[in-house]
Amino acid sequence: MSPPATVEATPGQLRPDLAVIADHVEPGARVLDIGCGDGELLAALTAKGCDARGLEIDPTNVAACVGRGLSVMQGDADTDLAYYPDKSVDYAVLSQTLQTTRRPDLILENLLRIAPRGFVSFPNFAHWRVRASLMLGGKMPVTKLIPVAWYETPNIHHLTIADFRALLAERGIRAERSWYFTGGQPSRQRFANLTAEHAVFLVTRD
Amino acid sequence: MAPTPENTPAGPVLKLAQPLPLDSGRSLAGVQIAYETYGNLNADKSNAILICHALTGDQHVASPHPITGKPGWWIRMVGPGMPIDTDRFFVICSNVIGSCMGSSGPASMAESGAPYGMTFPVITIRDMVRAQVALVDALGIGKLHAVVGGSMGGMQALSWAANFGDRIDAALIIASTSRHSAQNIAFHEVGRQAIMADPKWNGGDYYSEGGEDPRKGGPESGLAVARMAAHITYLSEQGLTEKFGRRLQDRDAKTFGFDADFQIESYLRYQGLSFTDRFDANSYLYITRAMDYFDLAEEHGGKLADAFRGTKARFCLVSFDTDWLYPTSESRTIAHALNAAGHPVSFMELSSPFGHDSFLLDNDDLDRVVKGFIR
Repeated sequence: MSPPATVEATPGQLRPDLAVIADHVEPGARVLDIGCGDGELLAALTAKGCDARGLEIDPTNVAACVGRGLSVMQGDADTDLAYYPDKSVDYAVLSQTLQTTRRPDLILENLLRIAPRGFVSFPNFAHWRVRASLMLGGKMPVTKLIPVAWYETPNIHHLTIADFRALLAERGIRAERSWYFTGGQPSRQRFANLTAEHAVFLVTRD
Repeated sequence: MAPTPENTPAGPVLKLAQPLPLDSGRSLAGVQIAYETYGNLNADKSNAILICHALTGDQHVASPHPITGKPGWWIRMVGPGMPIDTDRFFVICSNVIGSCMGSSGPASMAESGAPYGMTFPVITIRDMVRAQVALVDALGIGKLHAVVGGSMGGMQALSWAANFGDRIDAALIIASTSRHSAQNIAFHEVGRQAIMADPKWNGGDYYSEGGEDPRKGGPESGLAVARMAAHITYLSEQGLTEKFGRRLQDRDAKTFGFDADFQIESYLRYQGLSFTDRFDANSYLYITRAMDYFDLAEEHGGKLADAFRGTKARFCLVSFDTDWLYPTSESRTIAHALNAAGHPVSFMELSSPFGHDSFLLDNDDLDRVVKGFIR
């Protein structure tokens, strides 16, 4: 469920997209991290006093989380979100997970059923390097951003920032805030769909 | 005043001064609880971990059995420097009531001066836990750092959380279930009928007087068959195929008879026979009945999540992918009920080829999870 990080993290620091999420969740909030990997974000949220839980498909990652004292359920976001009651947490997080699911639209609906607000982070397939790679090479891009060949990538539903905004509009979901990253550094809002390697959205339906 | 444990050649035994009230409405007088402890209880008594054993287990979790000399049944998990580290924790393990390893059971003497046999009251998982609570009380421990159990031990850990939830900080439930399924009950019934169909069972009245082992002359054939059937449910098809396949036992060709031609037959016969040396047939009837009666949701108005209302404990549930006795879906159901009710809970399915018995065998992921969760 957690593909290789597409945003480089400075060793010992939180991945930039996770840092943004951790910074914008208030202490004491209840958080569900869907596709929590080895628990990097959960640990940061727990450290700031949140009640943070995880859902993760890979048993070794789950064992690693429990080994760090985190509360994590092994499961598949495509099927197991149904077990989570409506509005049972304050935030649901999909970090680098949306593009790996079978039905991203249903996952997004579930996200905003379980929580009033959700953070969604994903690699932007419309970044100029990806566009150039596809246009000039004529092959599915394998870049630093998308490091795995098409036949073995966990990213089965590539999307762009524009695609995501269109889905939000179609489903009546509002993007409360957005953050963009390039080369692990924050990047500008303008022309983000061309210049950002990675996006983080805070979404809500209110 | 708490009763004082007594030391016996098989280890310490606690004798309860008051009768133990049971789910059946009856009560059991003169209850004895045989147990073992490892490590030291700290000054504020906050480092005690109770380990609950499975159907045919005993209190000798991490030390050789004082009579048989066999090593403890979970030495790979419990001991100095092990995932449940006895250098840090005070580990308690007691023989469940109904069993035959020193705690009160059908082979114990009734007030009449004869063994209870079938006059022993039918007990439940919660009754076993009530006896453990009495032991923990007698040891002066208010709250357990954790309750840990696999299989029937996991049912006890769940029952602790549901019924004495303010007495535990954490519950670790491995390869277990919140209720016995029709299939679980069915296999147990096969075992019980095998015992009861043995003429030597004699309505449960088979204990001989004098002699070394009062169980000798009992329904050993029936008990052996019960164990053989049960043993199959503890393994996986994959494990059996890897270990035995269709290989023949000490012969080059089939004999066209009913001798144990196949290795699996020989193995099961050995498992059945050796079991009768260490276990009492009536205890097998009583404990399997207790497991069959176990249904945590039913005990709490039909909703599993409601069972855990009175506890703030942390939970961890672990299942194994080849366990078809208590499959992953059972653990997941418990975990999601806990999660939906807001309890801190982790759940994972580990991979192992060894079926239900996986929880007793080497598994690095399990070690890491147990160590991390217990902390």
